[in-house]
Amino acid sequence: MYDKLWLIPFFPLVGAVINGLLGKKVLKNEKVIGGLGTLAIFASFLVSCTYFFRLLNDPIKTHEQVIGSWISVGNLQIDWGFLLDPLSALMIMVVTGVGSLIHLYSIGYMHGEVGYYRFFSYLNLFCFSMLMLVLGNNALVMFVGWEGVGLCSYLLIGYYFHKRSAGDAAKKAFVVNRIGDFGFLIGLFLLFWTIGESSGIYTIDFLEMSKLAPLHLEAGGLIVTIATLCLFLGATGKSAQIPLFTWLPDAMEGPTPVSALIHAATMVTAGVYMIGRLNVVFYMAPETMMVIAIIGAATAIFAATIGLAQNDIKRVLAYSTVSQLGYMFLAMGVGAFTAGIFHLMTHAFFKACLFLGSGSVIHAVHHALHKAHIEDDPQDMRNMGGLRKKMPITFITFLVSTIAISGIPMFSGFFSKDEILWYAFASPQGSVWLWLVGAVAAGLTAFYMFRLVFMTFFGEQRTDARAKDDIHESPAVVTIPLIVLGVLAIVGGYVGIPHVIGNVFGHIPNYLHGFLQPVFGATEAQIAHGQEAAEWGLMGVSVGIAVVGIFGAWVMYIKNPELPARVTSAVSGLYRTVFNKWYVDEIYDALFVNPCKRLGTFLWRGFDVVVVDGVVNGLGKLTRGVGQGLSWLHTGMVHNYAMSMVLGVVVIVGIYVFK
Amino acid sequence: MITVHHFLTLSAILFSIGTFGVLTRRNAIVIFMCIELMLNAVNLTFIALSHHLGNIDGQVFVFFIMAVAAAEAAVGLALMIAFFRNRESIDVDELNLFKW
Repeated sequence: MYDKLWLIPFFPLVGAVINGLLGKKVLKNEKVIGGLGTLAIFASFLVSCTYFFRLLNDPIKTHEQVIGSWISVGNLQIDWGFLLDPLSALMIMVVTGVGSLIHLYSIGYMHGEVGYYRFFSYLNLFCFSMLMLVLGNNALVMFVGWEGVGLCSYLLIGYYFHKRSAGDAAKKAFVVNRIGDFGFLIGLFLLFWTIGESSGIYTIDFLEMSKLAPLHLEAGGLIVTIATLCLFLGATGKSAQIPLFTWLPDAMEGPTPVSALIHAATMVTAGVYMIGRLNVVFYMAPETMMVIAIIGAATAIFAATIGLAQNDIKRVLAYSTVSQLGYMFLAMGVGAFTAGIFHLMTHAFFKACLFLGSGSVIHAVHHALHKAHIEDDPQDMRNMGGLRKKMPITFITFLVSTIAISGIPMFSGFFSKDEILWYAFASPQGSVWLWLVGAVAAGLTAFYMFRLVFMTFFGEQRTDARAKDDIHESPAVVTIPLIVLGVLAIVGGYVGIPHVIGNVFGHIPNYLHGFLQPVFGATEAQIAHGQEAAEWGLMGVSVGIAVVGIFGAWVMYIKNPELPARVTSAVSGLYRTVFNKWYVDEIYDALFVNPCKRLGTFLWRGFDVVVVDGVVNGLGKLTRGVGQGLSWLHTGMVHNYAMSMVLGVVVIVGIYVFK
Repeated sequence: MITVHHFLTLSAILFSIGTFGVLTRRNAIVIFMCIELMLNAVNLTFIALSHHLGNIDGQVFVFFIMAVAAAEAAVGLALMIAFFRNRESIDVDELNLFKW
């Protein structure tokens, strides 16, 4: 029934190989290359759909398929195996579905770029890695995907590698991710070793680990806490949480579809997925869960404050992504695994739509500026404004997604975010402080997102007068994905309607909870019944905060356009700090990067040059000196040699004779 | 009465003359002849001791040495001709191509 699972990652791999090897010399045609790449991911979307709906109607919810043995040492057996359960089924739907739309969008967006084939090859390779990550039935296959998406992220951020900033951003992303990967590996080894020591079964298979961990690890013990903290470090690297979030905003150097696919919808959710996959182990470490919840909440509000002051449209969205990922970790930390995965899904829809919409705007502005030979930054919102009439489809979809992310009722983001906030408050691991931080961050989110909409689509058009009239709506290949994602941003939330709302409309069940029950059922935080009033109240408060945020943005950017300047000058010190991202990059430079560089320089000048080179060169010099010293013996005179031979014989004979 | 000592003494004298010649002469052919002298001094020792000890082995060795000496003479003279063609001389002091 489920024996063709391997096809799902296989199609994008084939697409990547064909485009990568033949794209430049053989295929050449943009339509062929783009069509092939899109077709590859769309094929795996179709397979994913088949399996998703088959699983939906199947009483058995966990299926494994092993296609071959990979490593077999002693009693350790690691396979190339795939695991299909509700969690991975949901993930492959998101990855291949959103991935297909973004591939389609890229056909239009990347039109005329140098290295078109390279882009599609990397994009397909990324999808392959991401699908390996979510489908792997053991941690090592997941790690292959984990590293693969990191590599593709590096390649795609550095797509415009002739630009220094793009190359630097790519390297930064890779290095910061490596720090996280180190934690991931250590955590994995710890679990592998301690479970193996006490049970005698050395395994990294997810199902076996989940089965053995509760039997052979001490719940709340030191080992499981350290191991899960290490794994969480891996998650912070991949999912851009404090302290390893600094790479994500810089990653906006890549083309916009990349930001949408990798740095918003899929790759950055890998950390959330990993915690969901190992939820049994994380459940056993309440201290770690607390750390995850606090880091998540802190990231949510911290990134939101930075988002308030940015003028680059993509950077605002980048900090918004970091902030929304914080919500997901907050959910994971308070044991609301379903809510975290729910927000992952809705976020993938509306954030992909927002990024693609911003790409559509940037594209239009860039072309208009380019045509008029103006050097203005096409990503700067101060060069936009009033675009709603020029780009109606982009505007509508963008607005819908913005409403969704702001948490306005009846849009997808409301359901997922509100569930997270409710769990943050009411779950046994939650607290009112976590809720408060989350709610304030939600208000900030509404504010900066509507600030973005108002600055881009409303008011006076601030684009240079010479380029003003050249801004047009994007072609259909760009707007169709926007429309699909915009619709999903509205309806995507209706799979997880909270019980209190569902009960009002005649007992509509929370489908997502039911669907993910086999994975999270045992570990999900349980909330006592009879708190409907509190839930309604908090829901009202968080919606109120969001509305206040939107109203604030309206007052500052529509009603009194001179107000922002006055506010920023009133708190200029604070504004500068926030504008410069709380100087986090500078602090990291001073604390870690520069000491590392100095250590490297010292090891180079001090150790490598003096000690290592010294020993090697010294040996050479010694040999040469000895040779030079003895070279006077080498006269070239046959007589001398004969003489020394005779003398040698005399000495040897003499020794024998006179001994 | 001529004893084995006389033979050995003569042989030692001949060998020393040969060695001295090898070390002092410049002409390659003369050096060559001196080497022959040394070889024959050794042959004389073998014969004398073979006779003295009543053992035939020494005489067998002499045949070997004579055969080797003949071969050596052939190769050596060939080398010398080759050398002479290059340098118009057979002075060993000019044989210094190996010097670095």
